[in-house]
Amino acid sequence: MENIRNFSIIAHIDHGKSTLADRLIQHTGVVNERNFKDQILDNMDIERERGITIKSQAICLPYKARDGKTYMLNLIDTPGHVDFSYEVSRSLASCEGVLLLIDAAQGVQAQTLANLYLAMEHDLEIIPVINKIDLPSADVERVIGQIDAELGLDADSHLQCSAKEGIGIEEILEAVVERIPPPEGDPEAPLAALIFDANYDPFRGTVIHCRIFTGQVKAGDTIRLMFNNALYRVEEVGHFLLTREKRDRISAGEVGYIIAGVKTVSDVHTGDTITLDNRPCAKALPGFKEVKPVVFASIYPIASDDYEDLADSLEKFKLNDASFIYQKDSSVALGQGFRCGFLGLLHLDIVQERLEREYDLSIILSVPSVRYRFTLKNGGVLEVDNPSHHPDPASIAKSEEPYIRATMMMPERYLGSVMKLCMDKRGANSTLSYTGPGRVELLYEMPLAEVIFDFYDRFKSVTQGYGSFDYDIIDYRESQLVLLDILVNGEKVDALSQIVHRERARARGLLACERLKEEIPRQMFKIAIQGVIGGEIVSRTTISAFRKDVTAKCYGGDITRKRKLLEKQKKGKKRMKMIGSVSIPQSAFLSVLRSETE
Amino acid sequence: MTRPGLYVHVPFCEKKCAYCNFYSVTSLNDIPEYVNAILKELSLYNRDFSYFDTIYFGGGTPSLLSAAALSDVLIHVRKTFTIAADAEITAEINPGDADLHFLVSLRQMGVNRLNIGIQSFDEDILRFLDRRHTREQAIQSIEQARAAGFDNIGLDFMYGIPDHSLLSWKGTLSQALSFHPEHLSCYQLSLESDTPLGRRHQNNEFALPGEDEQAELFMLTSDILTGAGYLHYEVSNFARDDRCKSRHNQKYWRHVPYLGIGPAAHSFSGQRRWWNHRSVKQYLLDLREDRRPLEASETLTLSQQRLEASFLGLRTGEGIPLKHFSEQQEDMSPREREKVLELLVQQGLIVIQDGFLKPTRRGLAVADRLALML
Repeated sequence: MENIRNFSIIAHIDHGKSTLADRLIQHTGVVNERNFKDQILDNMDIERERGITIKSQAICLPYKARDGKTYMLNLIDTPGHVDFSYEVSRSLASCEGVLLLIDAAQGVQAQTLANLYLAMEHDLEIIPVINKIDLPSADVERVIGQIDAELGLDADSHLQCSAKEGIGIEEILEAVVERIPPPEGDPEAPLAALIFDANYDPFRGTVIHCRIFTGQVKAGDTIRLMFNNALYRVEEVGHFLLTREKRDRISAGEVGYIIAGVKTVSDVHTGDTITLDNRPCAKALPGFKEVKPVVFASIYPIASDDYEDLADSLEKFKLNDASFIYQKDSSVALGQGFRCGFLGLLHLDIVQERLEREYDLSIILSVPSVRYRFTLKNGGVLEVDNPSHHPDPASIAKSEEPYIRATMMMPERYLGSVMKLCMDKRGANSTLSYTGPGRVELLYEMPLAEVIFDFYDRFKSVTQGYGSFDYDIIDYRESQLVLLDILVNGEKVDALSQIVHRERARARGLLACERLKEEIPRQMFKIAIQGVIGGEIVSRTTISAFRKDVTAKCYGGDITRKRKLLEKQKKGKKRMKMIGSVSIPQSAFLSVLRSETE
Repeated sequence: MTRPGLYVHVPFCEKKCAYCNFYSVTSLNDIPEYVNAILKELSLYNRDFSYFDTIYFGGGTPSLLSAAALSDVLIHVRKTFTIAADAEITAEINPGDADLHFLVSLRQMGVNRLNIGIQSFDEDILRFLDRRHTREQAIQSIEQARAAGFDNIGLDFMYGIPDHSLLSWKGTLSQALSFHPEHLSCYQLSLESDTPLGRRHQNNEFALPGEDEQAELFMLTSDILTGAGYLHYEVSNFARDDRCKSRHNQKYWRHVPYLGIGPAAHSFSGQRRWWNHRSVKQYLLDLREDRRPLEASETLTLSQQRLEASFLGLRTGEGIPLKHFSEQQEDMSPREREKVLELLVQQGLIVIQDGFLKPTRRGLAVADRLALML
């Protein structure tokens, strides 16, 4: 155990976490240069394209240190987006230390702080690392100042590197060995292992990623997952090298995997404790939380024939994404589909993209919603995450919506515009503090519904990219809510309905009409779009019909050219959904939430 | 009507018109070798085609060939293939090129239909389009065609010209009607990027009429000509009666096979399309070596055949068989299909008659869109 180090890299988005992980892997020689694929830990295409780590991964790096001893360095990668902060906390709980990576040009950002606080909560050894020192815009002195003033860490403890150029990598590995304490825990005590991730292997079923705190586990043991007391017989245990490496046993202090005939990843819960059935530990490891989706939207196939395909794909998708939930749903306008829950809007985006890319599906997503709570006059309480289930307004005694606390950091000069934005988004109870010269931290309480839509993009735009943002869900608060319906040619399109704050309802109705007018192309007939609240039309717009759209001359026999043009247009049409007789492009459904400033 | 048609492309022009992107060259030196090459190319297809009931000399400017050369081609065509006794044989001519003597020769060699590229009776517009004839020559060419004994004449016009007043177009139409032509083609000006007009438009030198104005011009044209008793049988084509419809051009719209001879000519067998090099030089080179001068070919998939049949059919008053609609739109439920049809009928864009979906005149104005929906 003396030779084990368990650590994570934490950083604000784009501060170079994945690149550093790659360098550490390369340096320790787990992979040779030739088949090195950039950013190995992010092994989904989307992750590589977006530069965001979506799922945690772990890898064991054998490292021969300057003291001559060989260490097993377990690097546990963490997701890098605010939607996934619980996953981050479970990964950190599996470590004894972290590398806190800070971009030399950008300095300390909101997620740097949020991650630091998380690491402190877990009493981890924190090694500040200034990355990208090779950049012309790097200002290392300023960042050193921030480490001291804003993070409250010992500035002398920092390391400097350029992950991209491979500078300073060895020093980082040495610091991991020297400064991060080895794990503790009695291998002879009853088993207590923390689940920090799981993935699905089509041949082996669910692979549980865990950190063993006490005890040990081997093939043939019967394990118990403490959250739902489910029992499984262990088939295989091992370590993560570049691929899974089978071992006889894994024991206290180690990070590894367990394969135990668990059918889907949804049967295991991140943060749950694994113990042995015949010799259980006294109590579960702390910090377990059941992850609940906060953003909901329905998914429909564009062609109704694709429903079965969609159902199959969601089932397969779910195998590898436990935080994604879905159930059958149907829409008057869009037919059979599924209501899905996501951790946030980014998660939703990713699911949509993966369904389209990996499963080749053309899908429509309804307007996303949060989960509202209605107390009815008859005393019943109704949780509604689908606007089409909005109760009869006359029966409602009290409406509530979820609130978050947003943490924002930015240079002082953007304070005014950010405060205006937060007020636009119904923000309240702000707290302002100066974290350093010219830099402020601003806390606001805001309805989640306002934040999940276009808050993040607008925030980035008003702060010109210098602001950073993080959030926690705090509670439900009473709110005046109404249902805004959209009619297209007199037909209600339930997938476009939204639950909105009363004071904003009219403006939102106007906005939705305007956006739809931009997104829905002219068609063969006039299209009327109306926003309706409680039977009253609050906004309307019309899209006039096509009147002339035909090429004058179509002979000389060159039909091919004309056909190719139509084929192209037809392909474009495939991405639209016929509602009544109007073709509505996929993009229209999310567009109603976009604000006017874009 | 299902017999194949023969098209001969004459890719020579004394001067290119500002709007035209059909293939043609202005160097006329190659004409003699071109005529020989045409004869050779015809022979190369004697196994693939045997019978034609329409022949069409198009261009370019077929009237730049001598009567003797055109006659040689026709004689060779008759030697190589069987030509229906009542075949429609059309030549496109340019007002100003064709004197009475030439027209009589055409008549004598068996050409029985003329298509005259008048474009406008408005001198300003002729200048804008960079045509090389005058209004006077236009009128004269029609009179001489009648004098030469042609009783099947089609006149080509263009409208929707920038700054072209409604009055001017009405004037052109009424002058056209005074000749009682058997056929009228009225093309709305469309700009191709690789033409002088297209480039001038890109430089914002002028603007085309907007969509609404175009729609009004389209309907006005249709109203005037149908009011004068003409059949609006294709987007841009009007016939005095059923027999006066262009038999050759209908083959394109009805998906009937045709053989195209000459540089840049396109051919269709029912499943395959192929086309010749868009270069006189390459064309001549290939034929010197007895090769078919093909640039490329494609074999149509079933769904491509359907799409073509549907967008071509919807350009004509005949429309498309109702059952083709259901085949095209497999991803719509029967109820959705029903609704779409109902709505299009309600909008006055189509009628459903004898198992056919027929575009109305307003439907013809949006035929491309209809093809995407139907």
